[in-house]
Amino acid sequence: MNSFDIIGPVMVGPSSSHTAGAVKIGNISRRLLGGTVKKADIFFHGSFLATGKGHGTDRALVAGLMGFGVDDPRIADSFRYAKEAGMECCLSGIDLGDVNPNSVKLLLSGEEGQSIEIVAASVGGGAIRILEIDGLPADFSGDYPTLVVQNVDQPGHVTEITSMLGHKSINIATMKLNRSSKGGNAVIVVECDQEVPADAVRWLAHLEGILKVTYLSLSGEA
Amino acid sequence: MYQSFQEIIRIEKSFGLSFWEVIRENDTREMDITAEEALRRMEKMYDAMREADKAYDPSLSSASGLAGCDGERIAAARREGTLLCGSFLGLVMEKAVKMGESNACMRRIVAAPTAGSCGVVPAVFLSLEEEKGYSKEEMVKALYVSAGIGGVIAQRASISGAAGGCQAEIGAASAMAAGGTAFLLGGDGEAISHAAALAMKNLLGLACDPVAGLVEVPCVKRNVIGAVNALTSADLAMAGIRSKIPPDEVFDAMRNIGRILPEELKETGRGGLAATPTGIAFRKGLETF
Repeated sequence: MNSFDIIGPVMVGPSSSHTAGAVKIGNISRRLLGGTVKKADIFFHGSFLATGKGHGTDRALVAGLMGFGVDDPRIADSFRYAKEAGMECCLSGIDLGDVNPNSVKLLLSGEEGQSIEIVAASVGGGAIRILEIDGLPADFSGDYPTLVVQNVDQPGHVTEITSMLGHKSINIATMKLNRSSKGGNAVIVVECDQEVPADAVRWLAHLEGILKVTYLSLSGEA
Repeated sequence: MYQSFQEIIRIEKSFGLSFWEVIRENDTREMDITAEEALRRMEKMYDAMREADKAYDPSLSSASGLAGCDGERIAAARREGTLLCGSFLGLVMEKAVKMGESNACMRRIVAAPTAGSCGVVPAVFLSLEEEKGYSKEEMVKALYVSAGIGGVIAQRASISGAAGGCQAEIGAASAMAAGGTAFLLGGDGEAISHAAALAMKNLLGLACDPVAGLVEVPCVKRNVIGAVNALTSADLAMAGIRSKIPPDEVFDAMRNIGRILPEELKETGRGGLAATPTGIAFRKGLETF
């Protein structure tokens, strides 16, 4: 902990969990989609649903999807900016069951035809967790460059990922494995200390048995 | 960050450093930055507080309609000279309300330590700079003192309403502002820690009971009591008054109270003011998606 965990962040109010956290969810989701968001279906759950309008959670999330930071004064008017940019937004409520009360589900599609489904939670103080990607459990913070690899549940995929990262001198911070069923769809989430080069991500995506690779890069503009 | 005031004061005495320097040294180590860079970053926080204060818009109300327009009311009373508390405390009250309202109205603020309590530290510090002639350099050092106090509170107790009730937000902010003010008045680590402890003791047990779960009622106006309480506590400490319970133990008591406070009074919007008939009616009237 340092002084700026106490004095700071500079943020648009009113709430670190319901506003700043929602901006961050939008931001990380935009990066996970990879590129400009063309259409966003946003489903608010729990406290996000009950108090989201009052906390500006809706405007904060759309601002995040536009790539605005947590201190961007345009957050309060994000709907207008989204409309001007041609981003289509549809907001509604949902019951996601037994998840964090500050959770949201997002269905995003991009300009290059790509799409992604994300469930994320704001866990306090502006910190977030990505809980699900495309219906499979993920659970990562968005604070590290993160590889999300969806693959067929069969031997060898962990080795492919770790040897590639080792070859590129990339250190693994955390790594999690999950699967829907034995031999079904599986997901490997790897938080890294360094950025993974784009060609390495492409190489992974083309391997036999790898269904989809989503990469969260934290470099460059959102 | 340090676990106790005792430890900060020990380092202050044995190395001949000022309280704020002890905290800055910790940042340079933790963040791997130079002393100059650490000061520059804190100056940015102070600048952002100043900008947020200046950017107050009296025409704004929050989305719920529960917050807004009160900052101008207190400003007008101050201009007319009708405030019993006088011009200086009037300015502090005005700035505290304005910052709380700016936060509720989705303007840019500096969480210190939280968004709900963002008015306390700037109301005290900006008013001291404007009215009492402190230099900006001194204000940035005072902000470092406040950060150190907040660090002790975060480690010994909590700086989150959901975990510790409002004592962990307005209470923590008030203790931070009190210690920073004691520093500006020439206090050493002992005076600083007692100013913080005296401020905290007045707000121990404060419930976090926001109406409709929003950071508006009673949060905005509680920034006023946090700020004014900081000034009286600093004055008490600088007059030589000491907390009979040592500062570190005061914050242990705060943690203990936060632990035994019922969930209804920890940011759930289910107890206290939120559970009054009027509070419930406001919640029912709220728009959802």
